[in-house]
Amino acid sequence: MRVLLAAVSILSMLVTGALGAERTWPGQCVADRQEMRRNHMDLLMHTRDATVRQGVRPAGRGLDGCVTCHAVKDERGVPVTVADERHFCNSCHISAAVRIDCFSCHSSLPGGAR
Amino acid sequence: MTACPSRRALLAGAATTLLAPGWLLVAAQAAVPTGRRWGLLIDTSKCTAGCDACVRACAAEYGWGDATQVRSDQAPRWIRKVEAKDPRSGAVKSLPVMCQHCAKPPCVDVCPTGASFKRADGIVLVDRHVCIGCRFCMMACPFGARSFVHEAVTGQRASAPRGMGTVEACHLCVGRVDAGLLPVCLEACRSEGRAAILFGDLNDPDSAIARRIAEIAPARLRPDLRVEPGVHYGGL
Repeated sequence: MRVLLAAVSILSMLVTGALGAERTWPGQCVADRQEMRRNHMDLLMHTRDATVRQGVRPAGRGLDGCVTCHAVKDERGVPVTVADERHFCNSCHISAAVRIDCFSCHSSLPGGAR
Repeated sequence: MTACPSRRALLAGAATTLLAPGWLLVAAQAAVPTGRRWGLLIDTSKCTAGCDACVRACAAEYGWGDATQVRSDQAPRWIRKVEAKDPRSGAVKSLPVMCQHCAKPPCVDVCPTGASFKRADGIVLVDRHVCIGCRFCMMACPFGARSFVHEAVTGQRASAPRGMGTVEACHLCVGRVDAGLLPVCLEACRSEGRAAILFGDLNDPDSAIARRIAEIAPARLRPDLRVEPGVHYGGL
């Protein structure tokens, strides 16, 4: 059963492009890939509270840093918003059926872009 | 537990060193220090009725001026120009009114979720992650400084998240202040050649704002309420 689940999850990641072995993002992420896949939501939640409440603003480590580094560009070379299914967050969240509301307030485009 | 950076480490500042795969050495960034209190001093004798440079600069910086579909009485209003008339003398002053960043903020008192809060350095904020949009704070605020986002927002500035169903107000340019910059209203006023706004630490007796306050004894809005605003108005 566990093998089957693993196979299904790897297959779904391959389908959605989330495995991303062929894809290299500029720079180094705040943690390794496995850690980020498993715990990014906890990291974001913790960063969010420290930033809003205590003013801790480490450069590039907020949500803006994530969407800037992981920007996906369309065929015209323009970064896509979260309304587009190719957006980095969507590459897993659509298949996982986990609706995120970060982008009802935050910009889903790289910093500075509108 | 596998080798991975702790959340605390992840929060830390820019200086990081990779010790081993999955292990980062990071210099912790300190939270906002206590003991400081940010405030504004607005010289109403330099502020003129026709000028709204501070309002336009704020709207442009944080994108709240982009809203076009809202009813005029529901329009976002982080800062506004107000005409204050003394009924006895008839003297009229024009002044900007924004969140007064009270020492005893009524909005914080009434907030049922803890979304309205006062930072250690005196800046009063809405944590919109926790805001449920009940608008008690808008009713409690004696200065009408807060507004509610009624409609879905798109095209937010990267530095200015804002969205439907939450309350918002002047945050004293908290991100800029943390980065050592000045509020945009102040810079806009200065570039208009008026320089009516002064920003600084009210608790530091040697700061320019504290010295000026000691010199001219400026007014604060609604002193009868004893909410002790951090925004001062000279010449009022």
